[in-house]
Amino acid sequence: MREYSCFDILGPVMVGPSSSHTAGAVRLGRLARAIAGGMPKEAEIILHGSFSQTYRGHGTDLALIGGLLGFNTDDVRIRNSFAIAGETGLIFKFTPTHLGEGFHPNTVKFLLVTAEDEKLSITGASVGGGNVVITHINDNEIELKGDLPTLITTHHDIPGVISRVSGVLAEYKINIAFMRVFRKEKRKLAHMVVETDDKVNSVVINDILKLDPIVNVRSIEPV
Amino acid sequence: MHYYNVKDLIEEAEKRSVTIGRIVKEMEAENLEVSVEQVEERMLAQWHTMKESAEIGLSEPKKSMGGLIGGEGKKLNDYRQNNKTLAGQRMNKAVSRALAVAEVNASMGKIVAAPTAGSCGIIPGVLLTVQEELNLDDRRIVDGLFTASGIGIIIAQKASISGAEGGCQAECGAAAAMAAGALVELAGGLPSQAGDACAMALKNVLGLICDPVAGLVEVPCAKRNALGASLALVSADMALAGIKSVIPVDEVIVAMGEVGCSLPDSLRETAKGGLATTPTGRELAERFLGRDK
Repeated sequence: MREYSCFDILGPVMVGPSSSHTAGAVRLGRLARAIAGGMPKEAEIILHGSFSQTYRGHGTDLALIGGLLGFNTDDVRIRNSFAIAGETGLIFKFTPTHLGEGFHPNTVKFLLVTAEDEKLSITGASVGGGNVVITHINDNEIELKGDLPTLITTHHDIPGVISRVSGVLAEYKINIAFMRVFRKEKRKLAHMVVETDDKVNSVVINDILKLDPIVNVRSIEPV
Repeated sequence: MHYYNVKDLIEEAEKRSVTIGRIVKEMEAENLEVSVEQVEERMLAQWHTMKESAEIGLSEPKKSMGGLIGGEGKKLNDYRQNNKTLAGQRMNKAVSRALAVAEVNASMGKIVAAPTAGSCGIIPGVLLTVQEELNLDDRRIVDGLFTASGIGIIIAQKASISGAEGGCQAECGAAAAMAAGALVELAGGLPSQAGDACAMALKNVLGLICDPVAGLVEVPCAKRNALGASLALVSADMALAGIKSVIPVDEVIVAMGEVGCSLPDSLRETAKGGLATTPTGRELAERFLGRDK
């Protein structure tokens, strides 16, 4: 059974009107931004289910852009996020659609062009009470909730990578809470999603980057 | 929190001759591994945000995102100031603030979910009113907020605080029950009376459905915040008068959860029943969704 804190019950402090359609949407935007390694240049935002039906009335669209701009769930600038995105040069559009069965009713898919001109797709859902889960990155299934510090690696799919990465974390006494590995093809590029109990600083990340099979590491702070 | 029953909280509070709020506050500090002063400080910040949301809602009313509501809190507040009113000053003060905060939420303003965004007006509405009327300092109100959140935690554990799971009884009903318990303690009532107030508030909303027109947190959500605020005040008064709930509070909470589970999907936040599918509800939804295309 879940342990509630008083601040789960009297909280969060948020911009309304809906914890799932507004606060959750901000968090999904923030996570997409973090996975993209910063503000993207372009974003096509595909809305599914209830998100595609009522996004305007809940400000889901403003909230998703607010998240991409890096705003917190209680930032009153969210109401003006389209104008602010315009000033910062973010090009965006919304496409309401039906992604198919098997997707949570509050699902969003970000098709991003990152600051490094990389194309990236990120899918996630707002599952209630402001809680979210990122379900896919580039159509690879993952599970990332954004409430713990998280590392996402891109690495060569060879034996021993997982133990070397976890070895570095152990060295710095960082406890792994959840971990998942996925890939598209054997012995090509693979990814690891590592959620930790403790903060991972840049020193640790640099040590992981020094490992031969590691191509890239993204550090995602809790949102 | 390692209390699973309101009854256990009441017993512990009575054994130690303290409020439920005090027990909850100490528990929270222990769980978060911080001092009692630190959790008080954090709750005070929530309280400041609640106050601001009521002030903004009354002084600068805005149309909601869906355009269905806006300005009703101010309207009631103006009426209250200029008229004798039927329900009296305190009641109308509390209700106008509850409406105002709910409107701030619907217009993308900043609020504290209490326990949810849809029911965010009830607790600030009544607590701001008793703060003024009984001349209580912020420290006392913070204790009341701990009473409310302790009750809310138990409702979340035993039943639900989500409209999609339990209907409006789980959101505005839970908020009213939490507020009623807090009001009793703030008025100097006994922990057991706080439990009775909580039970009586929740009993009166059993079966209350969640039927948002066009799926928006506007109609009837804001006005159900008015219901919750008035219900909290009346339930607290009944308990302070010594009226007991025949069905014990923990059993009422479980009943609320069970009723929530037996509500059909159409009456749990899906906008497929109740007011949402009345002719006017449908027309508004069509107009609203039509505007979207």
